[in-house]
Amino acid sequence: MTVTKRELPITYLRPARGWTALNLTALWAYRELVYFLTWRDIKVRYKQAALGIGWAIIQPIVSMVIFTLIFGRLAGLPTDNGIPQEWYPIFSFAALLPWQLFQGALQRAGISLVGNANLLTKIYFPRLIIPLAAVAAGMVDFLFSFLVLAVLMVYYRVPFTWNLLWLPPLVLLALMAALAVGLWLSALNVQYRDVQHMMPFLLQAWMYASPVVYSIDMIPTDGPWRILYGLNPMTGVIQGFRWALLGGSPPDRLMIVSVLMVIVLLVSGLYYFRRMERTFADMV
Amino acid sequence: MSDIAIRVEGLGKRYRIGAPAMNYRTLRDSFVDALHAPARLFGDNGGSGGLNSIWALKDISFEVKQGQLLGVIGRNGSGKSTLLKILSRVTDPTEGIGEIRGRVGSLLEVGTGFHPELTGRENIFLNGAILGMHRGEIDQKFDEIVEFSEVGAFIDTPVKRYSSGMYLRLAFAVAAHLEPEILVVDEVLAVGDAEFQRKCLGKMSDVAQQGRTVLFVSHNMSAILRLTQETLVIEKGRLGMRATTPQAVDYYLSQGYSQEGQRVWEPDEIPAESAPFSPIAVRLKNRHGMIVDTVKSVEPVTVEMEYALDAPVTGLRIGIYLMSTRGEYIFTSFDTDETARYEQMAARSAGRYISRCTIPADFLNEGRFVIGVNASSYRVRRYFLDEKALTFTVDAIGAPGMQWPEPRMGAVRPRLEWEVEVL
Repeated sequence: MTVTKRELPITYLRPARGWTALNLTALWAYRELVYFLTWRDIKVRYKQAALGIGWAIIQPIVSMVIFTLIFGRLAGLPTDNGIPQEWYPIFSFAALLPWQLFQGALQRAGISLVGNANLLTKIYFPRLIIPLAAVAAGMVDFLFSFLVLAVLMVYYRVPFTWNLLWLPPLVLLALMAALAVGLWLSALNVQYRDVQHMMPFLLQAWMYASPVVYSIDMIPTDGPWRILYGLNPMTGVIQGFRWALLGGSPPDRLMIVSVLMVIVLLVSGLYYFRRMERTFADMV
Repeated sequence: MSDIAIRVEGLGKRYRIGAPAMNYRTLRDSFVDALHAPARLFGDNGGSGGLNSIWALKDISFEVKQGQLLGVIGRNGSGKSTLLKILSRVTDPTEGIGEIRGRVGSLLEVGTGFHPELTGRENIFLNGAILGMHRGEIDQKFDEIVEFSEVGAFIDTPVKRYSSGMYLRLAFAVAAHLEPEILVVDEVLAVGDAEFQRKCLGKMSDVAQQGRTVLFVSHNMSAILRLTQETLVIEKGRLGMRATTPQAVDYYLSQGYSQEGQRVWEPDEIPAESAPFSPIAVRLKNRHGMIVDTVKSVEPVTVEMEYALDAPVTGLRIGIYLMSTRGEYIFTSFDTDETARYEQMAARSAGRYISRCTIPADFLNEGRFVIGVNASSYRVRRYFLDEKALTFTVDAIGAPGMQWPEPRMGAVRPRLEWEVEVL
């Protein structure tokens, strides 16, 4: 190898102070590392599990059965207007799908920095890669449980409509929401391990604050309730999923609130993360 | 100047220290702190730091020319690793600036990011990407890496089933095929068997011959002498000297610092059940009586144990163990091994004592060793035991066989009387 003098990139080392630019170009240069870390997470997750990737299917199915028995039958919670009550299983499954994508992504992202402490203290790379890979690693599970959904739709004779085209942007929105919150939580977790103890409660409360087991029609349309409800970005995503798959109530204005909320969380999360990342190696 | 690869000026790094359990903070701590000093909640870097911080590195300035192979030596905790971390951008300096021309590949550890569940093949790709290689680059060098690592037959076996030697070879093989303009290497040669070390050293000099800049940190003086012409000595976070390597190594080995090379027991560290015996200190001294943590194998070294007895003890014996860093015993010896002394010292009255012994010259091989201490009365009671009281390094400069720059197997390196008879 020959070293040419002219085109060598220059790196400046200087003390970290204040807020810095996001510098997303550095992230692009390391895009292959995102791919490899995602691939490692996926590859390792179901190693030495007899059922392997089968768990990606079993988890949402078990939740669906439990929700149907408890909330659909015992509590008799109604489905959305325009969705038959017998569809409760698929009604809850259509919500579980994006919810579990979000939940898994957020869980992994939240502990990702601490879990990769050995990398943080030994090698330089843009730290954003770690939560990014943690979020992306949930996609394989999602695709497998999506197959289950397709089977359920055929079984319940749910008509396939053009609204299904809304699913990819909705999936993207769910991932963005998980990344946004994940950036905050993972950076906070480096400093305060309280975060990882808090996360199970947070996620449980968050699920009940989203229309997973119940219908959005239970939230009053008059007054500020719908807007407040929309501040939880997952309501927009979940309601969007239900509407795209099964019909029923469209996500309307709620969706705008959710999208704005994701943008606010994501941008603030990115800046907070960038500000804190220089201390990760010393703190973790 | 375009032929300067690394230039740093006034580099310093301050770490906050607290109680040992305070490696990470809890929310409660922050709330409490925020009440006292609101500005600190978000990691304010200014200010003098006060009592709860130490400067791991201070006022470091130097330049490295392109293509130079520069050694860095210093005691444990002197700040060498912090310097490498700053240069490889793992952590930011607290003060000072630096300018680096070219891609930096850092090898602060071999096998960073290896995952035990993944196969050798998978780990090559993962580790390569973590070290900053592109996929095409890894594809292209894959066969070379496998060949260098000598694990060919097991390349599709999860690395958790590898022996530690295979694991290290594979990890180093990936790292050795990095091609940055600047390579920063920390102590990676301290691991692995002799054959592997020889191979690594060879690879390192190849790297330098290709015109790349290398910063090489090691405790292994022979490796530093073999590889580098110029060396930095880091002392207590400051640049002690920059000189030609033989000068720097001599200076480093001749320095005695009381912080290292001895273990002092504070009163609250002594277990209650050791009474009436209480350990005071173990020290390692060179032939000039200086406390040292690195000794030359061609010189004798004295180990002394200072202790106090609060009441008379019968049949007491003070022992030292010498072990390799892997925990293999090399020898055990007691101060009353000689029968004459054993009878003379049958009972020791209350008071302070030093038990001292000398490890002869031309006995130990190069490497790291561990000294353990023990105080007991045979078949009565063991008063005190610390199997890892002290760690020290032996350097083999001038030892038999140094004309061949290859590591020698074994913990000892005696100078034996050889005869060659011509028949």
